[in-house]
Amino acid sequence: MERDDLIVNDQYAVDATHSEEEGKKIRKKLYAVTIILTVITVVEVFMGVFFKRNGTFAWETIKHAFIVLTLVKAAYIVLVFMHLGDERKNLKYVILLPYALFIMYLIFIGLWEGLSVQEANSLFR
Amino acid sequence: MGAHAKPVTNDELWGGGQSPFSISYGKMMMWYFLVSDALTFGGLLTAYGVIRHGSAHAWPVGEQVFEALPVLGTGYPLVYVALMTFILIISSVTMVLAVEAGHRLDNKGVIKWLGYTIIGGFFFVGSQAWEWYHFIHGSGGGFQLTQAVTVDAVDENGKTRQMTIAPGSWVHMPESFGHEYEHAMDAGHDVNVIFGAAPAGAAHGHEEAAAHDDHGAHADHGHGAHTAEAKHHGPVDAYLDKLYINKYTLVREGSEDLRALQVTGPGVETLWNARAANSFAFGANLSKNEYGQDQQYANFFFFITGFHGFHVFSGVVINIIIWLMVIRGVFMRRGHYEMIEKIGLYWHFVDLVWVFVFTFFYLV
Repeated sequence: MERDDLIVNDQYAVDATHSEEEGKKIRKKLYAVTIILTVITVVEVFMGVFFKRNGTFAWETIKHAFIVLTLVKAAYIVLVFMHLGDERKNLKYVILLPYALFIMYLIFIGLWEGLSVQEANSLFR
Repeated sequence: MGAHAKPVTNDELWGGGQSPFSISYGKMMMWYFLVSDALTFGGLLTAYGVIRHGSAHAWPVGEQVFEALPVLGTGYPLVYVALMTFILIISSVTMVLAVEAGHRLDNKGVIKWLGYTIIGGFFFVGSQAWEWYHFIHGSGGGFQLTQAVTVDAVDENGKTRQMTIAPGSWVHMPESFGHEYEHAMDAGHDVNVIFGAAPAGAAHGHEEAAAHDDHGAHADHGHGAHTAEAKHHGPVDAYLDKLYINKYTLVREGSEDLRALQVTGPGVETLWNARAANSFAFGANLSKNEYGQDQQYANFFFFITGFHGFHVFSGVVINIIIWLMVIRGVFMRRGHYEMIEKIGLYWHFVDLVWVFVFTFFYLV
């Protein structure tokens, strides 16, 4: 059986091949990203283990730092490992924008709701 | 990759006959699937946030709950989870190297790197199994208090302070005592709790008693029931010299975090007597957990890490299937390795989700 997705779209896949020299450059970039991701993870763990204990840092700041570092990691994974950075602009936006909008709304509304539930819980505990 | 797509004018692009995104149907559908799957995980993590924000109790702290390593024991906060994260990141790297080898039409390279990816996936699933085992097993167990109790407790720095512990709070038992108590409860024996350290000679006889308990429990299923049971006349002795408060949670006093406090001396008996008899929990399951007062903590752990683990498992299965196809030369004959890109997208997505689970379940 012939598969239509292979026949119709073969061109895009065949276009995606690259030479040995190009490959070298790409691999160099990949190793750099690997190091970045590893360093960020190690930093996060050290922050989680040490910073909580002494009162010099506000825990809220650390928490936000975790979230920022996670978003940096996520950006590297999506844009470099998943090659979304190399795709057409329209695909990038179709993938990222609806998701970002919806999830930000969900987080906002969820946490807001959660906080007022906590208020009620604390009152009638 | 889009970067290699030929430049086209807008008229041509939207004029029909080609993909406006310059990617194949298969890759686009994989992206759409991943967006929907990301919404599922986003919803789960947000739900976790809602419950956590809504809780009126102290929430278990990641580096206090997850601090054990296989073989080495406890005292290594977050190290194991970090190791799991690292394994998954590295397997993501080997996957992207497989994709790169595919773009060079290097069949051997794809076999090698995809092979490493599969190994990494197995390591991750195995690590998660151990993590689950440890979480379910717990370390010593605990009980909840029926009334507020004031005791002297020693903090991490060796400073003694008076603490009033609210009713419903968890008090945790030392591992040896907790396991003995759990065994005795399972076997239906009464436990005669003796406050204070076990006398030097008693430790041995103690293990023997525990061993008999084991025997007794097994005997129900088969051989030698009469002898093992007959040896038990009356309750088992167990020595309790120490209890822990805020073992998995913390309270703030000014700029200080109070956690992992130890109670010794007369406070042990006070706490023990304030226990709610049916509140004992050893480790965690879907109806009880020793970590926090909110059962949702354990339930979210099981569901989120379980759902993610299921994704990893299916990813490994898909990778193995495609790996076998690469070995058979299917993609060499096809003239391109786009299939590696598609399964690569899925595999990176699994890594991506773990990055967020790591932050929101373990770190924050």
